[in-house]
Amino acid sequence: MSQKTDAGTPASKGRSELGIAALLGAAGAVVLVDASRIAAPYSQSDPVGPRTMPLVIGVLLLVSAAALAVNVLRGGRGQAEEGEDVDLTHPSDWKTVLPLVGAFVLNILLIDAAGWVISGTVLFWGSVWALGSRHYIRDGLISLGLALATFYGFYFGLGIKLPAGILAGVL
Amino acid sequence: MDTLDLLMQGFSTALTPMNLLYACIGVLLGTAVGVLPGIGPAMAVALLLPVTYNLGPTSALIMFAGIYYGGMYGGSTTSILLNTPGESSTVITAIEGHKMAKAGRAAQALATAAIGSFVAGTIGTALLAVCAPFVVKFAVSLGPSSYLAIMVLGLLTVTAVLGSSKIRGFASLGLGLAIGLVGLDPVTGQQRLVFGIPLLSDGIDIVVVAVAIFAVGEALWIAAHLRRNKMETIPVGQPWMGKKDWRRSWKPWLRGTAFGFPFGAMPAGGAEVPTFLSYVTEKKLSKHPEEFGHGAIEGVAGPEAANNASAAGTLTPLLALGLPTNATAAVMLAALVQFGIQPGPLLFENEPVLVWGLIASLFIGNTLLLLINLPMAPLWAKLLQIPRPYLYAGILFFATLGAFSVNMQAFDLVLLLVLGALGFAMRRYGLPVLPLIIGLILGPRIEGQLRKSLQLSGGDVSGLFNEPVGVVVYILVVILLALPLFIRLWRKFRPQKPGAMHVEDQIHA
Repeated sequence: MSQKTDAGTPASKGRSELGIAALLGAAGAVVLVDASRIAAPYSQSDPVGPRTMPLVIGVLLLVSAAALAVNVLRGGRGQAEEGEDVDLTHPSDWKTVLPLVGAFVLNILLIDAAGWVISGTVLFWGSVWALGSRHYIRDGLISLGLALATFYGFYFGLGIKLPAGILAGVL
Repeated sequence: MDTLDLLMQGFSTALTPMNLLYACIGVLLGTAVGVLPGIGPAMAVALLLPVTYNLGPTSALIMFAGIYYGGMYGGSTTSILLNTPGESSTVITAIEGHKMAKAGRAAQALATAAIGSFVAGTIGTALLAVCAPFVVKFAVSLGPSSYLAIMVLGLLTVTAVLGSSKIRGFASLGLGLAIGLVGLDPVTGQQRLVFGIPLLSDGIDIVVVAVAIFAVGEALWIAAHLRRNKMETIPVGQPWMGKKDWRRSWKPWLRGTAFGFPFGAMPAGGAEVPTFLSYVTEKKLSKHPEEFGHGAIEGVAGPEAANNASAAGTLTPLLALGLPTNATAAVMLAALVQFGIQPGPLLFENEPVLVWGLIASLFIGNTLLLLINLPMAPLWAKLLQIPRPYLYAGILFFATLGAFSVNMQAFDLVLLLVLGALGFAMRRYGLPVLPLIIGLILGPRIEGQLRKSLQLSGGDVSGLFNEPVGVVVYILVVILLALPLFIRLWRKFRPQKPGAMHVEDQIHA
């Protein structure tokens, strides 16, 4: 995933938007296939049955997929969302996003085994690093502080026991 | 004076120390998220949903309402001082407000916005207290077929009327409805979209979806496009207004309120149209039309009032019908459902303490907001200097924590990431997120009403049209959907375009 394939030129962005149409089409197909599998004998007490809504929604998804594809091929473009901190003049910066996702995934893998205090520290520290902060020690202390504070805050304040993991005896 | 009695009881609920505390937390948090870039009231309420399980519904909703109103105040501070409105409803405020700030009148712009918001919020809340019981009285007599029609209207208007692209709106709606299908069918217990994964058979928690779409998707999207150059914030002192500013502000406040409330109360009203209408009206009526575009105080006072009044208006269909019309209202409805409360017209009858406590707390919250925003605006503006890595890492951190604490399942975090990626893609390709959330929340309720209606009629399709209200609503739906077609035909035969259609021209003229 190099930056060139990304929203660099209008033309390439147009083609990539067809991916959304494909996603919608796939979602519609999945919903319809799943609906066809539902056995729904007619019953007086439930004439609509569990299949009607999935069928309607599947068709809606397929129709919007087709309409979007036509729209994009005719030159229609979705407007990227703006915001206070959003600068749309440069393309998507995968060098920031991928490490962020990495930190997120690491948290998922660690949360049960190592516990929230460790996985949360990793998550915050990794995210701050991905977003460009280079104060390693300060960031590490803040991360650990946040993870500890939420762990105890949830435990004492809300009665929610976040996983302690390998620190079970220590915390 | 039934309403007044109920409202007084509401005040006695809202003024208990605990609820007052939650109202305070709500307005403080709300102002903060309104000021902070990249985080809005809908995201804040979604993030807090899991944490509020133990609070009890009344306290939680009082806090959420504080966040909702507070977000409006904070949002106007940002748009005046930074000129990059975070939400579409403050776009108009930014036009004149930022010009005023640049001309050294930031204090007056902030003051007229805050006081105007207070006036509009108070009048709007009073209108809510008066109107909602009438809507309820009318709505309790309706059967499932009319409800079905009203919900379909709400769903379609949010999808087709708001946003710039109908196709993308319906695509988003379809995705939301599909996510709402996942799990066991409530009537027959059949599995739908479960794919043999036992963890999916309970359905996907609305909290997880809301947090994923609003928080994770937004944080990833901003991270991908983070502004490198620092934005310039205009330094500001204590907000204040002179006599002349008061004279020029009070009428726009009232007119803005008159625009805002009814639009907010309509299924697809939103805040964009009334703020724009208010701006155009003030420009027409102003004695200083030449100042517009260079920082006219009326252009801040009117739209800000319209914005806040529409927020109050939005709560009318939410409380009286269980029909959310914007993102924050949708998440608040999800909160009601999480607490096991059945939204709809019976809410006023079944939960009078909650409803009237909530309405009373809106009056209190609005007053608190004026008190904390007027003297402390410079302090709030300092929030804009928070280092962005901490802000967005924090959003991801709390999103993870919130979604995880619902069921304590790492699997929910996988869903959070997948749906967050969806939220990212939707932002990049201009799919609005509101239809997805509304579809997710209303989809299962629409299906329920549909099945109930046809069950009552024994499968006869005429059962869907057996109440006049339902039929009228369906006619409205057809008109709304066909309207753009008519306008296109009209334009074809009448090539000269009506001037009022040109938003941009009006603003920049």
